[in-house]
Amino acid sequence: MSETISLLLLSSWQTIYMVLISVFIATAFGIPLGILLLITDKGHILQNGPLNKVLGTIVNIFRSVPFIILLIALIPFTRFLVGTSIGTTAAIVPLSIAAIPFMGRLTETSLREVGRGIIEAAQAMGASPFQIITKVLVPEALPSIVSGITITTINLVGYSTMAGVIGGGGLGDLAVRYGYQRFMPDIMLYTVIILVVMVQLTQMLGDFAVRQFSRNR
Amino acid sequence: MIFIKNLTKVYHSDSGDVKALDGVNLHIKKGEIFGVIGLSGAGKSTLLRCINMLERPTSGSVEIDGVEMTSLSPNELKEMRKKIGMIFQHFNLLNSRNVRSNVAFPLEIAGVDKKTINKKVEKLLELVGLSDKANSFPSQLSGGQKQRVGIARALANDPKVLLCDEATSALDPQTTLSILNLLKDINKKLGITIVLITHEMNVIKQICHSVAVIEQSRVVEQGSLLEIFSNPKTETAKNFLKSVTLSELPEELKERIRNLDHSHLEGRIVKIGFFGEVTAEPVISTIVKKFDVDANILYGNIDHIQDTPYGMLVVELRGKNGGAVSAIEYLKALGLKVEVLENV
Repeated sequence: MSETISLLLLSSWQTIYMVLISVFIATAFGIPLGILLLITDKGHILQNGPLNKVLGTIVNIFRSVPFIILLIALIPFTRFLVGTSIGTTAAIVPLSIAAIPFMGRLTETSLREVGRGIIEAAQAMGASPFQIITKVLVPEALPSIVSGITITTINLVGYSTMAGVIGGGGLGDLAVRYGYQRFMPDIMLYTVIILVVMVQLTQMLGDFAVRQFSRNR
Repeated sequence: MIFIKNLTKVYHSDSGDVKALDGVNLHIKKGEIFGVIGLSGAGKSTLLRCINMLERPTSGSVEIDGVEMTSLSPNELKEMRKKIGMIFQHFNLLNSRNVRSNVAFPLEIAGVDKKTINKKVEKLLELVGLSDKANSFPSQLSGGQKQRVGIARALANDPKVLLCDEATSALDPQTTLSILNLLKDINKKLGITIVLITHEMNVIKQICHSVAVIEQSRVVEQGSLLEIFSNPKTETAKNFLKSVTLSELPEELKERIRNLDHSHLEGRIVKIGFFGEVTAEPVISTIVKKFDVDANILYGNIDHIQDTPYGMLVVELRGKNGGAVSAIEYLKALGLKVEVLENV
């Protein structure tokens, strides 16, 4: 029994570790990507057709590759980046790469909801593009962006279950190796329960943050 | 103050080019409230946006205070825009900021220090009568209050010009009046030049000193408010005036005029239009005495455009020996607009 518990604890920790760092990286790169996708769009504050097209295409390519394939296809890149292509830390690379374009698109959609009139008002006051981004676009869209981070996190919990393919461990890996291959349905059940709880907690935390940011709106 | 010369704006689209402005010329004097009236799609919104270069003119020039707007570098334009306030039909306030912080926004952009901002914001909120709402958020305000925040925000950097983009079109008549009064007040107190666009003649009538009528991308008529009101030249201007002057006669009266025997020389129904000081004369009682006619007032209205009275009367004149005809000649000689009504 204690062995089961320590297995579950270790795997849970691996999942949390992979997901948290990937979310952090995905947010750090995905939000600027989303901003770039929006402001370079036609008729926007820094319209740039070629750049917009290139970024859009890259995002679409990465979003159309199934994660299990991305996980393997990125092995050389992962090795180059972190020195190894197997293990929990190595799994963070493909997880982040998959989540950045996703986060980018979500952010772009959030920012698009900020009214053109508000942007126009800021322009009429003599705001620079940078000021419009930091003082208008992001603050106005913040609740929506936070909700995008929540969705990305939950997606990453799902993706992280495939990390076992490159030896990343985590709850998904535990479920497959013990629950399925060693015929231990109780372990399978526990992992599913832990995953459900993780997703629930993430959603609750996210909703709470959104409420905090949208007070008085 | 503002010289607009030969301003043209063409929008290119797949389905062909659309001319939004076609050779517009305007001169807006310092300290005046200048109104541009036109129907939707006439180009007035584009015209307003060409003044602060939110829309780049295709050709022509816009000069504000001696500065040619079309040739400014991006940085120069940013600086210039800080001196041009703008308010909007849908207010365009930041929902994430409270009233105080919305008004502080343009000052933050201009890089003003915190202490100065706080002082300035207090003053501005007092000016627009919203000191007690400083900590409210836009979602907690009424339309009129939101526009007051918009006005305070637009005035934050002490602009020389205030552009109003259909600023009262989303408000009810009472709120519209209070916002217009506020604008008038600001114009008087701060001497700021106001350019407003609207589709409501009532707005023009309440506060504008000068008017331009815009139709199908061209300015078809412009002049002082009194000129436009007393002597509209174009059909468009006349149509806009109808909405505020009640010059349409009631159906019943028209019927009566139609049935009148016009071959009978002794009686006439006339419409007398008056404008300004002539009104002070007791014209009706004068003609009654002078030409021995009976005057029966059938219909009329009198109103004020800002400080000038204007209106019209429909009067039935009856007199013997051509008295009615002589009376009409007399009225015309006084400078009144007299029209004999036969076919209405």
